[in-house]
Amino acid sequence: MANVTLRNVRKTYTGGFEAIKGVNVDVADGQFCVLVGPSGCGKSTLLRMVAGLETVTGGEIDIGGRVVNQIEPADRDIAMVFQNYALYPHMSVYNNMAYGLRNRGMAEAEIKTRVEEAARVLELSAMLERKPRQLSGGQRQRVAMGRAIVRQPKVFLFDEPLSNLDAKLRIAMRVEIRKLQRRLNTTSIYVTHDQLEAMTLADVLVVMNGGQVEQVGNPLAIYEKPATTFVASFIGAPPMNLMSTRPEEIKSQLGGAAGEAGIVGIRPEDFAITDQTPAGGVALPLTVEAIERVGAETFVYGSREQEDQRVAATPGELPPGEVIVRIPGTEAPAIGQKIRVAAVRAKLHLFSGDGRKRIEA
Amino acid sequence: MVEDEGIRRYVAHFILWIGIAIVAFPVYIAIIASTQDNALIANGQMSLLPGGHFFEVYYQTIFVGTSGSTREPVGNMMLNSLVMALAIAIGKIAISIISAYAIVYFRFPFRMSIFWIIFITLMLPVEVRIYPTYKIVADLHMLDSYAGLSLPLIASATATLLFRQFFMTVPDELLEASRIDGAGPLRFFWDTLLPLSRTNMAALFVILFILGWNQYLWPLLITTRDDMQTIQVGIRKMITTTDALTEWPIVMATAVLAMLPPVFVVVAMQKLFVRGLVETEK
Repeated sequence: MANVTLRNVRKTYTGGFEAIKGVNVDVADGQFCVLVGPSGCGKSTLLRMVAGLETVTGGEIDIGGRVVNQIEPADRDIAMVFQNYALYPHMSVYNNMAYGLRNRGMAEAEIKTRVEEAARVLELSAMLERKPRQLSGGQRQRVAMGRAIVRQPKVFLFDEPLSNLDAKLRIAMRVEIRKLQRRLNTTSIYVTHDQLEAMTLADVLVVMNGGQVEQVGNPLAIYEKPATTFVASFIGAPPMNLMSTRPEEIKSQLGGAAGEAGIVGIRPEDFAITDQTPAGGVALPLTVEAIERVGAETFVYGSREQEDQRVAATPGELPPGEVIVRIPGTEAPAIGQKIRVAAVRAKLHLFSGDGRKRIEA
Repeated sequence: MVEDEGIRRYVAHFILWIGIAIVAFPVYIAIIASTQDNALIANGQMSLLPGGHFFEVYYQTIFVGTSGSTREPVGNMMLNSLVMALAIAIGKIAISIISAYAIVYFRFPFRMSIFWIIFITLMLPVEVRIYPTYKIVADLHMLDSYAGLSLPLIASATATLLFRQFFMTVPDELLEASRIDGAGPLRFFWDTLLPLSRTNMAALFVILFILGWNQYLWPLLITTRDDMQTIQVGIRKMITTTDALTEWPIVMATAVLAMLPPVFVVVAMQKLFVRGLVETEK
């Protein structure tokens, strides 16, 4: 049981490439922390630094009150679950779980108790003598979890553990991991690029981009108040609509206090199809380009007249001038139809012109 | 169409049988000749059916040898060849798996230079560097010894390359998982890499054993004593080019005996050998 603290952690590769540019994160004891971000944002590197698989070139990593920068992975009291599971192919399930304990010189009787307990929890008891290749993807995943559990470490580290599973199994395992973590109450750090996984698992969500932390906090708080346009478009699916406020069309509607804002963001679900313009809100005339009906809801892809009003590149990008609107599944405008959508003032997210700062007005 | 299929099958089988006959006939002749009376062969009246001297010829070959040219029982030659082939195969595998491990998993100064030096030795087989190698072995007083027979042939670039390529396909996560599981370099090598390399080692063993067994030039050079002769050198010596009568049944029996160990090795390791060539257990 331990908290994990990263103090101004940096990683510069010998070539001069700066993968991690000073990260500060505090994970309290027993919390589930999720690092999320697009590929190449440094989240896996950061996790591997905590594990001790990558050297730390600046700052401190503190696990349970002990700076572990110079400590071997085996002595950090951590356990890691890898994306491709990294099970020893020539060892039985039992030996896969027991290997780390044997290397620590634990008595065979104690190993047996721990492995059997973990196997019971993970429903692997019938497969202890099998080799990894005789198991399905989900079962291998559980063996990898078991290998971590038997160690009873201070911290679990997960490196995209579900990305090799099919969609259905992924959801099931996601719930399993969360339940298991709650029961064991072990501090966990989990890396994923899937924002849905991140939202559902995290106590603390860390959104990363380009080797830096964009925002840290409770997932819902981040969803409701994204600190930057990057976070706004990364968290939430479909992504938030981001529009420049330059065109008088929008700016005039916002009014005084928000005058300095350069970008306005509106989540698809915050739009309503209406002819009215709420006071201080935003209304847009759209031409329906495409609709997606998924049952409970309908996504409307509309284009605006002025094509240059979209804000520059962010992940989950919409083509310029396109707006996504999410409406109840019972409604569906026809393609080509002209509609007018509006969002109330309270649902607008305002950002500075460069997208780096949220403006509360 | 059905008849056509039948005819085609017969034709195909016929062609295959011709192929088998071409390959197998010399072997058959050798086996037959090793059971015949020498005078009969010398007269050119060898029958294509087994003669009645099987036990007699093989007894003489294994325990006595030819009466003239080699003066050495073939049993002893086989032992020499066996020791040499095993030493080369096992020695090569051991040395090259260790050097490949160093090259792939450790970062040390001049790592790539060393790799390239090993690589370059590919172009220097024993035949090319035979004089310096002979000189070294002679200076180390290893002529007429098992060490002299096998040591110069042990250092091997091919096997090192093969293991290097194999190690590079082993996922890094296995090493990382081992590190987290508290396994040091030696444990990782012993507990994970060696078991994973099993099929590769078997395939290499088959190839290297046959390579060692079939060595001719090197043993011919460095062995002078009759009791250090290998079987391949022995066969050649038995065939006299002078007036003396070559004892063909014994030569043929020796050739048949020389075939047996490689055949045995291939058959015994066939399963692992094929697995080592076609699949990697990861």
